[in-house]
Amino acid sequence: MKRQIPLLITFFVGTLLIFSVFIPPMENLGENFTLFFDIIAVFAFFLGGGNLMRVHFMKLKKKKTDWQFSIVTLLGFFVMLAAGIFKIGNSGDISTSLTVEGSMFQTIYLNVFVPLGSTMYALLAFFVASASYRAFRAKNKEATILLVASFIILLGSTPFGTIMTSWIPDQLSIMEIPNLAVWIMSSPNLAGQRAILIGIGLGVVSISLRLILGLERTYLGDDSA
Amino acid sequence: MKFILSLFSIIFLFVNISSQDNPESFPFVDSSKITIAPPTSVIAEDFKYDNAEKLSITWIPSIDDQIGDNNKVKGYKIYRITDGGQPELIAEILPGSNNYLDEGLEENIWYSYFVSSISDNFEARSNTTESVTPKREWLNFDLKFLFLIALIISSSVIYYIRHASKGKKLFVRKIAGLEAVDDAIGRATEMGRPILFIPGIHDMDDVQTLAAITILGNVARQIADYDTKIRMPVSRSLVMTAARETIKAAYQTAGRPDAYSDDMVNYITDEQFGYVAAVDGIMVREKPATIFLLGAFFAESLILAETGNSIGAIQIAGTARPAQLPFFIAACDFTLIGEELFAASAYLSGEPKMLGSLKGQDIGKGIAMAAIVVGVLSATFGEIWDVQFLLDIKQYLLQFFTVR
Repeated sequence: MKRQIPLLITFFVGTLLIFSVFIPPMENLGENFTLFFDIIAVFAFFLGGGNLMRVHFMKLKKKKTDWQFSIVTLLGFFVMLAAGIFKIGNSGDISTSLTVEGSMFQTIYLNVFVPLGSTMYALLAFFVASASYRAFRAKNKEATILLVASFIILLGSTPFGTIMTSWIPDQLSIMEIPNLAVWIMSSPNLAGQRAILIGIGLGVVSISLRLILGLERTYLGDDSA
Repeated sequence: MKFILSLFSIIFLFVNISSQDNPESFPFVDSSKITIAPPTSVIAEDFKYDNAEKLSITWIPSIDDQIGDNNKVKGYKIYRITDGGQPELIAEILPGSNNYLDEGLEENIWYSYFVSSISDNFEARSNTTESVTPKREWLNFDLKFLFLIALIISSSVIYYIRHASKGKKLFVRKIAGLEAVDDAIGRATEMGRPILFIPGIHDMDDVQTLAAITILGNVARQIADYDTKIRMPVSRSLVMTAARETIKAAYQTAGRPDAYSDDMVNYITDEQFGYVAAVDGIMVREKPATIFLLGAFFAESLILAETGNSIGAIQIAGTARPAQLPFFIAACDFTLIGEELFAASAYLSGEPKMLGSLKGQDIGKGIAMAAIVVGVLSATFGEIWDVQFLLDIKQYLLQFFTVR
């Protein structure tokens, strides 16, 4: 019974949502079910927060390796929680917005959280360089094609690429580097992406049917499928 | 006489000066208004295939509505008259527009409309349309081709599932990334290091996360068999509960329920880069031997994959987001591209019914391939030789595969 009820709900909701696409009076069902999901997710957030606290309190209690980091985590968690719940520093009363200018929540968010997030995001610049270096090494035929294509696209995006091939006559203008770059992006690249997207679409149909028909049960914790 | 003439002159001058102070008081001042023509042929009609809540209003723009900085028309105002009542302004839209969709209406209430073109200081009103009421349609015939395609693909998937359940053997091509799962888990076991499983940053309402959790079930069973450690930091609470249930069931199936612990899965944060920082920290400190990056990933994909690469872990990644695939291909050992992510659980389980669903998917691929080949050939040769029959085929295929 523990497994059958979720399977029945999955079947019922899945089928209903498929039909709602084709039946106009049912077209709002998708949005309504998203709202139900959001409500469930809000309750589940307590589980997440509870787990975070438990893990870090245990780490502190048992003085596990790097327990000092847990102090930072818990401090951050409780300070933000208090600033949000009690609206510390808000100019108006309790009904004012959490993110009103000057509130402690907003100040910490803008001055601590956003810069930290941006720092992590900035790491991408270095990682793109290291990943590109590995990807563009001409180890085999495919990697060489990739290297040549990327070289053309890089050159095509710079004035140098335009200058280099500006002598090419108009009849052969496709051979100019900027035009080659556009062609690579709009033809082979787009074709490849669309092929992947068609595969993804079919894959989604297949896994959705497995879920709706109850063949795929692993996500329910049922390993007997 | 001279005095009378002078008096008239003074009165005339006075009137002239005061008229400049108050331009509204004299009719000739109207010439300073930017007069424009109104929009014409305004039609209100039922919006097809909705739940009796929308009406479509179309019109021919004012002849003064010209493209450019000197356009005298600054926009259009749309007025609605409900059941013969007072006009109500419902929208103000940009110049160049010729249609508007009025939403949130009710069935059996009659609506009429008029549209005004507006300049800086002038409003030219169109005629009022006939009264119309929104109608409900029970089937969306605009989507008939989509329904047909969905029916064909779904039927073929169900047919092959039934076909496979009768014991018929099906050929499924080898997927390198999934063939490597055994070796990857074995490597972690031999090295005595944990396995890190990252299910992306989306919640359980994303099919990619569902796919990742189903793969987790198969991976966790092998991990339990090998008695290796698994570590799964997640960014969504619901994913945490689902993953715990999945791993628990896998350990039970493997006959090692005692080895399971809730601490294998722990919640980090919903925030994208906060989650990335925590997972990167885990990678650098615990140095897992194997990392699975399966699910929905965004800008964090390369940060995670490169950090994993830097610690020398064997990495198996998979996502259905084409923009992130190149990053995984560059930084990971194996990448499940798009559909392979969704096929993985069926592939790993080896269940005939599950494999049957993959076979049914191939019918869809066959249709797509045939349509692409026919479409490309008919479009190319139709244009070159100017053959109407071929151009009609192209047009028909476009109509068939375009969702409006």
